[in-house]
Amino acid sequence: MFLDYYNFEPLLAGIHAALCGVMPEWAALTLEGLAVGVAIMLMYAVLAVVLIYMERKVCAAFQCRIGPNRVGGKGGLLQVPADVLKILTKEIISLNRADRFLYNLAPFLVILASILTFSCLPWNKGAEILHMNIGIFFVLAASSIGVLGILLAGWSSNSKYTLIGAVRSGAMIISYEVSIGISVLTMVVLCGAMDIQTIVAGQADGWNIFKGHIPAVAAFVVYLIAGNAEANRGPFDLAEAEQELTAGYHTEYSGMHFGFFYLAEYLNLFITAGIAATLFLGGWMPLHVAGLDGFNAVMDYIPGFVWFLGKTFVIVFLLMWIRWTYPRLRIDQVLTLEWKYLMPTSLVILLLMTVCKVCGLTF
Amino acid sequence: MFFVFIVVVILTAAALVGAAMGIARLVAPRSFNPQKGEPYECGIPTRGQSWVQFRVGYYLFAILFLMFDIETVFLFPWAVVAGQAGAYALAGVGLFLAVLVLGLAYAWRKGALEWT
Repeated sequence: MFLDYYNFEPLLAGIHAALCGVMPEWAALTLEGLAVGVAIMLMYAVLAVVLIYMERKVCAAFQCRIGPNRVGGKGGLLQVPADVLKILTKEIISLNRADRFLYNLAPFLVILASILTFSCLPWNKGAEILHMNIGIFFVLAASSIGVLGILLAGWSSNSKYTLIGAVRSGAMIISYEVSIGISVLTMVVLCGAMDIQTIVAGQADGWNIFKGHIPAVAAFVVYLIAGNAEANRGPFDLAEAEQELTAGYHTEYSGMHFGFFYLAEYLNLFITAGIAATLFLGGWMPLHVAGLDGFNAVMDYIPGFVWFLGKTFVIVFLLMWIRWTYPRLRIDQVLTLEWKYLMPTSLVILLLMTVCKVCGLTF
Repeated sequence: MFFVFIVVVILTAAALVGAAMGIARLVAPRSFNPQKGEPYECGIPTRGQSWVQFRVGYYLFAILFLMFDIETVFLFPWAVVAGQAGAYALAGVGLFLAVLVLGLAYAWRKGALEWT
């Protein structure tokens, strides 16, 4: 049913075999590791630039402004690269009373969490850097390293704004992690697998959001709300409520040190959207309708990574839309929303999905 | 293979942070001013330590999180086989969730979810 035009697996296996032919295996693995590392860094940087540019343009559009339009032609295309260069040339301030080790460790932890989850995304068939049988569980586990970085950043800076910002965002992130976990669980029940490539391959006869109908759509909505909070973005950006907390947990960071938090925020947005696209909208799987073989065959001509990026950017746009539409919530509203509404709802959705699956009501 | 690449990914994160910090340290200007190292408090000198006690409410939510996060960890192996186990899986998870929801109801009733 699914036609394999763009499978990366034979290509990568071929490269590995060719490299092993001319050098010992450890050297081949080292070379591949280097290539993968450089690829991750490039993708990471390019995506961050694209997302920041997109955010500024989308935000401008929602506020009836033009957005960046001077640097690099009419669209302001070079604005973000210029900003990146500028942030690299800013002084990195070292604080007198900070806990120096933790202060420097915190940005690394935030970046580590986002790179670990980033490398689990299924870009295409056979193009997943970290492939394992508990994939989606690993994503959840790795993404919770990020909150550690935020808490450490706030605590080690030894400033009252950062402390309050950090505990606030820590409380929010761990709360919404519960909802994310349960909505992912709902999809695991539907797919019967935790391996990301298996989950995607299982959607060859229709995306999960169609296969799981009502519970899947509800889980998708819960996931988007909780994922938005997890990525620390509005309306849940109360950690950086500038009227009360200056800049929240990264008040004391300057220059590139702050840049890491900024980078991780945008990549976390992309990762949240990417996981949503994988679990609910089929990842790299083209749009397939069971029974319409001609239509499916046409769809298969579009490469998987185009599908994946397309779906992800649609969800990214949706999340930006939400961010620039709703006002920021208060901490008590945030916690009430999670513990009194979202979490019980996601438990009900989980039960509903189990009932559907057991009774064979899914497609 | 997986363990090779997880090391690669962790090293990549370290290299990204290291390289960017290295470039920034080389390129960025340094100027010295004793005021710069002070914690930011809108220009006013900080009073006392900032490592102070903060409200206990956060702690309550951390405890609740622990309870529900462990629950999701327990549910993951169940979720994989739920489709095959049929009604048995449903009964099991129903019992499990009932105990959990009882805990949530208790916390709710006791006012642990209120932010006052």
